[in-house]
Amino acid sequence: MTLTRRRSESAPVNATRPSSALRSIRDAFANPKYGPIIVTALLLVGMFAYGMSQYRGFSNPQIVVNLLIDNAHLVVLAVGMTFVILTAGIDLSVGAVLALATMMAASLAQSGAPAGVVIPLILVSTTVLGLLVGVMVHYFDIQPFIATLAAMFLARGLCYVISAKSISIDAPFFTVLGQTRLRFLGLSVTPSVIVAVAIVIVALVVLRYTRFGRTVYAIGGSEASSRLMGLPVARTKVIVYAISGFCSGLAGVLYTFYTLSGYALTAVGTELDAIAAVVIGGTLLTGGYGSVLGSVLGVLVLGTIQTLITFDGSLTSWWTKIFIGALLLIFIVLQKILTLRRG
Amino acid sequence: MTLLKRITSSTLFWPLAMLVALLVIDVIAFPGFFTIQIREGALYGSVIDILRNGSPTLMIAIGMTLVIATQGIDLSVGSVCAIAGAVAAAIILGSPNPDSVGTTIVAIVTAIAVSCVLGVWNGALVAVIGIQPIVATLILMTAGRGIAMLITKGQIITVSSESFGFLGSGVIFGVPFAVVAAAVTVAFAGLLTRRTALGLFIESTGINPRASRMAGIRARGLLILVYVFSALCACVAGLILTSSQTAADANNTGLFIELDAILAVVIGGTSLMGGRYSLWGTVVGALVIQTLVTTVYTVGIPPIVTMVFKAAVVAAVCLLQSPKTAEYLNAWRRRRALSTEVASS
Repeated sequence: MTLTRRRSESAPVNATRPSSALRSIRDAFANPKYGPIIVTALLLVGMFAYGMSQYRGFSNPQIVVNLLIDNAHLVVLAVGMTFVILTAGIDLSVGAVLALATMMAASLAQSGAPAGVVIPLILVSTTVLGLLVGVMVHYFDIQPFIATLAAMFLARGLCYVISAKSISIDAPFFTVLGQTRLRFLGLSVTPSVIVAVAIVIVALVVLRYTRFGRTVYAIGGSEASSRLMGLPVARTKVIVYAISGFCSGLAGVLYTFYTLSGYALTAVGTELDAIAAVVIGGTLLTGGYGSVLGSVLGVLVLGTIQTLITFDGSLTSWWTKIFIGALLLIFIVLQKILTLRRG
Repeated sequence: MTLLKRITSSTLFWPLAMLVALLVIDVIAFPGFFTIQIREGALYGSVIDILRNGSPTLMIAIGMTLVIATQGIDLSVGSVCAIAGAVAAAIILGSPNPDSVGTTIVAIVTAIAVSCVLGVWNGALVAVIGIQPIVATLILMTAGRGIAMLITKGQIITVSSESFGFLGSGVIFGVPFAVVAAAVTVAFAGLLTRRTALGLFIESTGINPRASRMAGIRARGLLILVYVFSALCACVAGLILTSSQTAADANNTGLFIELDAILAVVIGGTSLMGGRYSLWGTVVGALVIQTLVTTVYTVGIPPIVTMVFKAAVVAAVCLLQSPKTAEYLNAWRRRRALSTEVASS
């Protein structure tokens, strides 16, 4: 970035027209709204190009769909997390709430409750949990980090209250949905992917075209200004945490289709994956800038790392964590540079 | 009345009250709770168990207190525990005579050196690059367990060294080594920050980093120092945990310990906003957590359910400490006083 700038400054005479094109590219990168997403998209393309050059079978479009099949729950979690981080908050409870949802689904399904009751019950209870967190954060001024930490402890504890052992699910509704493969343009897709894509589209519309969505961005920009402007800050902040709770519950339901079991220790550390996906997807941790589409790209980047490591075979799975950490670092430093330029 | 008010308004009052309440429950549920026996030159009893099992969390919480005092937070302590344990275990496993004191010393010194590097890394991200502490330490939290796995080659390394075992199960004058280590950590932190100006510098950085830099405090170095201290505490705790489990488990050593440590600090009355801290509060906080765990055990509730209780305690303590709660309560009292006045007139 500094290199391009220096060049355009040192050669101002003959570079009037070409530099405007250069400048617009440079501005796109330096813009906190688009820059990180462009970088993420380039990274994804680069990773795929590398994969295709190294391994046969990587160019199969089904690989991309498989990324979504394996990470449908993470996509949904990342959508909820995007809302929270856009308001400059953070939600550490998503992994634990996901686990709680799988436990509820498994135990209720095994006791013979119909899916039409189980799934709404899960979604309502996780949304209420999120709502309570939102109330703690906004009305009692407790740092989001701590309030969601308490929710995380609570959800994990409740998992163990339900059962310390893994419960398998053989209720027909779950097994059928878990095994269904829909054909779509010659690709095989699970119902979970369709749910995840639907959630992404709804979130996109809400964030871009509704008053609520604009308030979310405004709060992330400056909460004090939003309040002075008369925006419904309290309501929006509470709802944002409720959305994250809802998404965690839904992600849990999708996860049960994937694993067909509930276990109290599932998804330890998934909150970090969700945060990493959101950050890599270009949402600023200080709030105000970012998009759901970026978070989906972030999830795809994480999934691609995993796939590349699986294809490689000689690298072991813990390298995934190190790579995710390294990427997180790179993107946070990038964010820092962008916000510095803005300031 | 005024004395009562002065006592109840002390920051240590609520955590101490909680600790006493828990201990009272314990004595009622389990009459022999305070009995301490001496067996083979070592002290035994529930109280000693609380102290011993709580000491790794306490040590980490002391480091965390200083970090939080600078407006920071260190999420990577659990991973540092795992890395320290993995480094020590790998060295002991690779040495020709694992039982010798020399091997253990080499293992400990190497683990400490590695942890210092990790502390400098965290501190540099926060102080030099200026990344928010939650995020900066999140990186090591994510990647750290991967690094620990890399060191242990993805396996649980069993450590059967006699001299290394002393860290986890040894006793000094009847007191478990872990408790002694925790006491030394508290004393060291106390002397360093309360007998020198360092504590004042830390608090001033926590209140206003820019103003304290203007006043000539080298905030950058100070921050790095604080994160190094936190990593050192995590390293010692990790070594003790690894030694008492006689195995280095990259996935589970120190899992969730950062949350317990933060909880201890919060219960102890240190504000997460930084600027003011209480080492004694943290000591009491860590004891409250460990007593809670032990109480849940003795009452007969499955130990794993303690997380629900911890959640309740975090929520209750945070709500009690929140200035907003006091505001709401005051408003409610005023309204009630007003309405009784109106009613009486």
